[in-house]
Amino acid sequence: MSVATARSEARADDAAESPALVVEGLTTSIRIERHWFDAVRDVSFDVHRRETLALVGESGCGKSLTALSVMGLLPAGVGRVTRGRIVVDGVEMTGASDAQVQAMRGDRIGMVFQEPMTSLNPVLPVGYQIAESLVEHRGMGNREARLRALELMELVRIPAAAERLDAYPHQFSGGMRQRVMIAIALACAPKVLIADEPTTALDVTIQAQVLALLADLQRREGLAVLLITHNLGVVASVADRVMVMYGGDVVETAPVDEFFRRPTHPYSEALLAAMPRVDRSSDSLAPIPGQVPGLPELPSGCRFQSRCALRVARCAERPPLAALADAPTHGVRCWVRAPETP
Amino acid sequence: MNAPRAVVVAAPSAWQRATRSGGLAIGLALALAMVLVALAAPWLAPYDPNAQDVLLKLEPPSAAHPFGTDDFGRDVLSRVIYGSRISLFVGAIATLAGVLAGTLIGVVSGYFGGLVDRTITALTDVLLSFPQLIMGLILVAVLGASLTNLILAIAITAVPAFVRVARASTLAMKERDFVDACRSLGFGDPRIMFMHVLPNIVDEVVVMGSLWFAAAIRTESTLAFIGLGVPPPTATWGGIIRDGFDNLLDAPWLSIFPSIGLLAIMIALNLIGDGLRDATDPRTPQ
Repeated sequence: MSVATARSEARADDAAESPALVVEGLTTSIRIERHWFDAVRDVSFDVHRRETLALVGESGCGKSLTALSVMGLLPAGVGRVTRGRIVVDGVEMTGASDAQVQAMRGDRIGMVFQEPMTSLNPVLPVGYQIAESLVEHRGMGNREARLRALELMELVRIPAAAERLDAYPHQFSGGMRQRVMIAIALACAPKVLIADEPTTALDVTIQAQVLALLADLQRREGLAVLLITHNLGVVASVADRVMVMYGGDVVETAPVDEFFRRPTHPYSEALLAAMPRVDRSSDSLAPIPGQVPGLPELPSGCRFQSRCALRVARCAERPPLAALADAPTHGVRCWVRAPETP
Repeated sequence: MNAPRAVVVAAPSAWQRATRSGGLAIGLALALAMVLVALAAPWLAPYDPNAQDVLLKLEPPSAAHPFGTDDFGRDVLSRVIYGSRISLFVGAIATLAGVLAGTLIGVVSGYFGGLVDRTITALTDVLLSFPQLIMGLILVAVLGASLTNLILAIAITAVPAFVRVARASTLAMKERDFVDACRSLGFGDPRIMFMHVLPNIVDEVVVMGSLWFAAAIRTESTLAFIGLGVPPPTATWGGIIRDGFDNLLDAPWLSIFPSIGLLAIMIALNLIGDGLRDATDPRTPQ
């Protein structure tokens, strides 16, 4: 049996069990001065074990807010989940008490941040920082947690881990710090990992190493990964499925191969056209005209209509996220490109 | 995949920065010497500091009494040695108490913000509007002069300054990414405040603490000088200077020797404070 079929069979098994992360009809509002705006509108997805779902979109599209909603880390008084439900590893997060959500964070759901240079506490040794959530969530003794921290440092392939257990973050390079961040996030063996632009701050060769490490850990630990990124190259190399967001709406969702073969929403199409590629001869990139409108200025109906070349009268009405007729797993929110929907 | 090799970057250490000018070493040596003298007072002092000998009053410095004797014929050297105990003890305990209470309140205030923060800030501003000495004076006058009350009064004068420093540092620190990372790990507010924010602001607090230690000793001596210190006959530097003040023209040694002691500890603590500040500030010119 080839490795590929073994892997796809493993996937099939994982697909049969319930997803590690389920988000249904999530609507998150944020407050701008005195008004609340829906910054994330009716977003639904699930991520199974060993699966990577990439959440793609430009700044302000709602992808980070989606992640913060899942983590229960929306800033109080400024952001709130107004509708929908979030289920992590079978535990309902919406409606749970703050203490319950806090107990889930870092234990069953971990997060890796964009900036490894500032996300570690500069005055505490990295070994302590890795061990800390084991002490907090598992009530582990200091010595035991320290041993586990050493294992984790080896797991994320930090060289000479034993000597570096007591080193401070400033003694590590950016890539090594991101490995430490991953070790911290994985300390309690969470089922779900949210990676918010985990490689954006790293240079390209280090990016590839960190992505390979994440992919490897995902296989070994059976993680469900929600990868937030605006880098389509990263998406192509590690994601299983893609979800494109624009103005708080999911505009397209598809398996990764299908997405790159046939980007269907005008925005996805424009995103791909705006990306430099070595296999295309054209000298110029095709930027998307205009800017993402601010939240208060977003059009009702299709959010992309103000920048869309294919705009029709019906775009004033919000299109549903409809599956393409020939591809049930490929959903597109567009009246023009997915017209066969009722 | 090959893991890249680790590179350890050697920046000038805090210790190197601190010792570059030599001030910290001098300050520490001086302060350490004074602490040792205070601790060893019973063995170092040639006489009982309170033993009177009216036949030997206001003797100038001699071999038997290197610092001379006072109005009651008490040995000034012994009294200065014993007096250092009061100054250092009161200064240290009062500063420690003030720093602990002030920092605790400041971190909580800055971390939680909102109504708690506004209330604490307003109270701090009111307390800071009193000069340190005036406030110490009022407190001792109200509480009554005793060792405990003196420590309490001086500690209270230190609290608002440390509330302010700790609060400002906490405000800056809680916006840092690692605090968000702590939240994403499900850490509660107490753990974030005391295990993550506090260690990051401790350097600023310690630097200011060493300067306030000097201020506390000065306040203690000043209160003793105006008669609100530890009641006589206990030897305190401020008290000895005060006693000598009445005979300043006939017997200047009475005031000079405790003043030198006071000056030495002030210089030592300020050198330590500057050295620590340099050590914690990487921008210190080389």
